[in-house]
This record gives sequence, C-alpha cells and structure tokens, in this order.
Amino acid sequence: MTKTVMEGSLAAAKAAALCEPDMVVAYPITPQTHIVENLGKIIASGKFKAKHIEVDSEFSALSACIGGSAAGSRVFTATASQGLALMNEVLFAASGMRLPIVMVVANRALSAPINIWNDWQDSISARDSGWIQLYCETVQEVVDTIIQSYKIAEDKNILLPVMVCMDGFFLTHVVEPLDMPEDISKYLKKYKPEHAFLDPEKPQTQGPFAFPKPYAELRKDLSDTIDASAGTIKKCHDDYAKLFNRTYGNGLIEEYKTKGKKTIIVTMGSLSGNVKEVIDKRDDTGLLRIKSFRPFPKKDILAALKGKETVIILEKNISLGTSCGALFDEIRSIHCNVEDTPKILDYIVGIGGMDCRTDDIETIINESNTKKDGHIEWLMEK
Amino acid sequence: MKKDELLAPGHRTCAGCGPAIAIRLLLRAAGKNTVICNATGCIEVTTSQYPTTSWKIPWIHVLFENAASVASGVREALDMQGKEDVNVIALGGDGGMMDIGFRAISGLWERGHNVLVITYDNEAYANTGVQRSGGTPWLASTTTTPAGPASKGKDQWKKDMPAIAAAHHIPYVATASIAQPFDLEKKVKKALSIKGPKYIHIHAPCTIGWRYDESKTIEIAKLAIDTKMWALYEIENHKKTLTYKPKGTPVKEYLKAQARFRHLTDEDIEEYQKRIDEVWARDFETE
Repeated sequence: MTKTVMEGSLAAAKAAALCEPDMVVAYPITPQTHIVENLGKIIASGKFKAKHIEVDSEFSALSACIGGSAAGSRVFTATASQGLALMNEVLFAASGMRLPIVMVVANRALSAPINIWNDWQDSISARDSGWIQLYCETVQEVVDTIIQSYKIAEDKNILLPVMVCMDGFFLTHVVEPLDMPEDISKYLKKYKPEHAFLDPEKPQTQGPFAFPKPYAELRKDLSDTIDASAGTIKKCHDDYAKLFNRTYGNGLIEEYKTKGKKTIIVTMGSLSGNVKEVIDKRDDTGLLRIKSFRPFPKKDILAALKGKETVIILEKNISLGTSCGALFDEIRSIHCNVEDTPKILDYIVGIGGMDCRTDDIETIINESNTKKDGHIEWLMEK
Repeated sequence: MKKDELLAPGHRTCAGCGPAIAIRLLLRAAGKNTVICNATGCIEVTTSQYPTTSWKIPWIHVLFENAASVASGVREALDMQGKEDVNVIALGGDGGMMDIGFRAISGLWERGHNVLVITYDNEAYANTGVQRSGGTPWLASTTTTPAGPASKGKDQWKKDMPAIAAAHHIPYVATASIAQPFDLEKKVKKALSIKGPKYIHIHAPCTIGWRYDESKTIEIAKLAIDTKMWALYEIENHKKTLTYKPKGTPVKEYLKAQARFRHLTDEDIEEYQKRIDEVWARDFETE
C-alpha cells in the first residue's frame, strides 16, 4: 500500500465512505468541521450509494440518524463543540435505544466565550451518555478507528453508538501521510439489522415508556454492556491489525516506553505525539495514552500505572466545580484502596486551543519532583 | 367501527380522550403499511408502556422535539430499502409540534421529505399538567396561565400552524376534527396519496385540560367547528377551500361548555365573538 498525503477531515470522510453508510446526516453548526462536506462530495461523485441529508440543526442530525438506524440503515454524522452540546438529549436516546450509530467528534471548546479551537470539553461533557468514546492520536488512527467503530457498534452483543474523537485543528486540519485502506469488505460486512427495524410486516415498538423497575433494569443492562464493550473494542482492534497491520496499544490504552520508567504521563488524543517526542529524548518518563475513555479501562490503566512513582496527567478539559479534569478524578478514584499509589498530578492544558508545547511538557516533568500528590495546575501561555 | 383497529384497546388515555379518537381515525385511514414516528406526549406515554404496546404497526418514539427529524431518517432508510410505498407519519401533540418540535418540522417541509406530519391539537401540554402551549386559545385558563383577579388566562391568540405549513408551499395542508370522522379519514387518505411533505392539523378536545364531562368530547369538538373556533379546510396549490360550513352557533355556547373559560364575563365573550368573526372574515371572506 502506498502512502497518501491527506487532510484529517478528508481522511475521516473517506474512511466513513469506505464503511458505506446508507445515509450521512449533516448540519454545519459553528464551529463546523468539513467532514460531512467532504462526504457530500464523495456521494455526489457517485462513488458509493448513500443519501446526504442536510437537516435544520445538530439536534435533528442525530435525530435523523436515530430514525435511519432504527429503520435498519447504517448511518454516519460528524459534529463538534456546540453541535455536540446541542445533541446532548439525543445522545442519551441513541444509546438507550441501542442504535449502532458512528459519529466523529472534532473536539473543540464550548461557549462562553465562543471559541472555535481545540479542547475536549465537548465530548468529556458527554461522557455519561452511554456512548463509547475513542480518542485518536493521529489521522491514521482516526481512519482505522472509524472503520473499527462500525464493527464494535454493530456487534450483536454490544449495539451501542460510538464517538470517534479527533482533536479539532490538530487532527482535522492537519495534512498527514497515511495509508488509506482500499477494500475493507473482509473486515466490515454490510449492515444487517436484526434488533431494530421498522417493517410493516414485522411491527416493532421502539422507544417505549418504562416504569421504574424495567427502566432501571434497562439502564443496568446498558451500563453492563458498555463495560463489556471493552473486550469487543480490543477484539475489533486485533482483527483489524491482522488485516491491515496497524495497532494502537491494545485498542483501549497504549503504553509507550513505560517499562522501567518511574514517571508516566497520561493523556489522550493528538497531544500524545508531543509527549512521545519529549519521552524519546529522556530515559525517565513513559506515556500511557488512554484511547477508550468510555468504557473507562480501569484494569488496564491500573496495571499500566502499577509500581510507578509519579503520574502526570495532561488533559484538555476542566470539570467545573471539581477544580480538576475528568481524567484526574477518574484515575485517582480507581487507585482507591490500591497499595503504593503513585503521586498523581493534574495539568489542565490546551484549553480553548492554547498551546502545550514540548518544552512545556519538559518543564512539567522536570518540576514534578517538587510537586505534591494531588497537585493541580493550569498551563497558561506566557 | 368494523375495520381492524391498529391501536389496540387497553391503553391508558383518559376516558373521553379526544386525541385517542383522532389516532384511531388516523390509523384506520392510513392502514397497516405505515410507520408512526411519535413525539413525546399524551399518546406516546399512554400507548407504549414497556413491555406492552398498543401499536399494531411499526412505531418509534425518541424525544419530544424531534419526531419530524426521526421521520426524515426513517423515510430515507425505507426508501433505500425500496419501501417507498410505506407511509411515514410524524405524529405529536400541539406542544410537540407547534412549539418545541417546530424547527424540526419546518426543516422536514423545507427538505421535502415524503412524510405526513400530524398534530393532534388538544390545546395544552395536557400530559404534564395542562400548561399553556402555542395551540392554547385566547383567554383559556391553564396551569401556567391561570385566570384570576389579575389575569384573564392566556393573553395570545392561537398560533396559526396550518398557515405556517402552507407558507412552506408543501403540496397538501388540511385541518380536521374528530367531530367529522369521515372528513378526517378522507383527508388522511388524500394526503398519503400525494408524494412529498403533507400536514394535517386535527382538533381533539381534552377532558382534563378543557374541563368538561368526559361524555361530551364529540359534542365539544362539534361546537368548535360550528362556532368557528376551529375551521375545517384544505390548502392545495395555494388555494384554501372550506370543507365544512359552520352553523354559526354563538361562540358563547362553546366557551360556556368548558371550565377553562368559565372566568369570562359577558363582555369578554362579546369581545371573543367579535375577534372570532374578524379572524373568520380575514381567513375565509377575503376572496
């Protein structure tokens, strides 16, 4: 396979097109990422048969995806920032109705003030919505993860929507050399709906009203299923690797040069690239990149951090009212009752698109021995 | 009713529920080859209690404000599967369609999806305790516009949803009433025979919201069309045609029959009659 050089948004669109969704639903909220426009062009070129539906809002975009998926179609949409926030109510319906929708989120900051640049406040805010959330480091990984996501979402034992998170600008607007698969038919088959369809021959009631007991049972089942999806994510990652020879850790987390290192940086997404560059130049620090934020791979993370002295979290989100980011809270919480818990430091970085450069990361590592466990700090541009 | 009912009995609507009658008539006309996309509301909550269902046809409910967008997705999916002949109906009450779900409906009409949009209008958010909606008529007392010494009820006139539908230049717009069941069924059948977006607005009295005896639902619905509180018409090719000639019964008879208007004085009722006559003249006597 020869490498092609491609912009992130176009690559995401091409990967989605490879999965041959029956419909692509689009709304250009501000800020908008041009993934769905690219898909519009691909569909207009006649390369695959799909309907491009332009709706009145992001709210309607995901709603139409639900309608399409509930009627037995494979569907795709993409959003960012305000669009994801507007969809919030619909997110919960999509997962509760167990519809295998795949959506790319170009991660960007939330209003106010309005800001179009990258951080993860949009998708982290949606962390409890019952969607699988996979954060990508490179455009190549976005391509491969979109394809894997349909396989995960449509697995008979899972049937959950998946959010593929790619950093706005850092991935969406970057031009990267990559391998674009040509034929994925051996990996991803045509979608055959078995659980959700709207067929007058076999009438089905979808989205009913439920009293407390059945409601709680269904929510418990949803919770158990998203937990169980960790195994499916790994398997879909491994099966993909066999065909395309590319791996991303174990599909849930990636450990980079962590062996024998006392200090571990934990982050997600494209920032991992900067961290790797720093780590390559020193021998005291490794990287744990969390790819799957939902399900949160507790055991994998605990194992990766076992015996480490210092854990430095770099995260592009702030959980307002807790003074820290979501990764910090969750990583601290899984260390409850664990012996020899490492010192855990939290750095809020890249908010609203602020830079987090390699020299910033160097400084954070160098100063980590002077910081106490639970230290929280915002990295501000000077 | 001789035909097979597609809405099974045993659902939990109130005795004398106008919307339940509207849905039965709608389904009789639409037939089995139909998918219903139902907004949250009285009908949704009373007919779909898990794990039971009253729906003998495919039915989907997602949220309050997105029935039309869901219907667009369903329509596209069915068309892709070669099922262009299946009717897709986006269904909701006045709150779900005229207020919170309005953007989605306007979007559907503008896109031109082959979907019949139906509002069953019981003139309030009845499911949540009879709050005022855009469909609530002028001076009706609701839980959010209660009449009292300093209030006469809802200050605003009812939103003219069929006119808004017509402004989208869709091929078919009609109003209907459960008091005219054959007219209602005829309009549904006609709408479904036309490809493209369609709209039918069904007036459907609500015993708890309008506060009248549950045996009087059809009587109240009849009074609405005879007093010109609700007009029955079709709009095709930009032409509005009345499909029922009202008797011209004084509006007082309609208002006095419902406790939601019981705070009105004779002067208020006189003013009401004046306004009804003005609106009627504006809408139907300007040719």
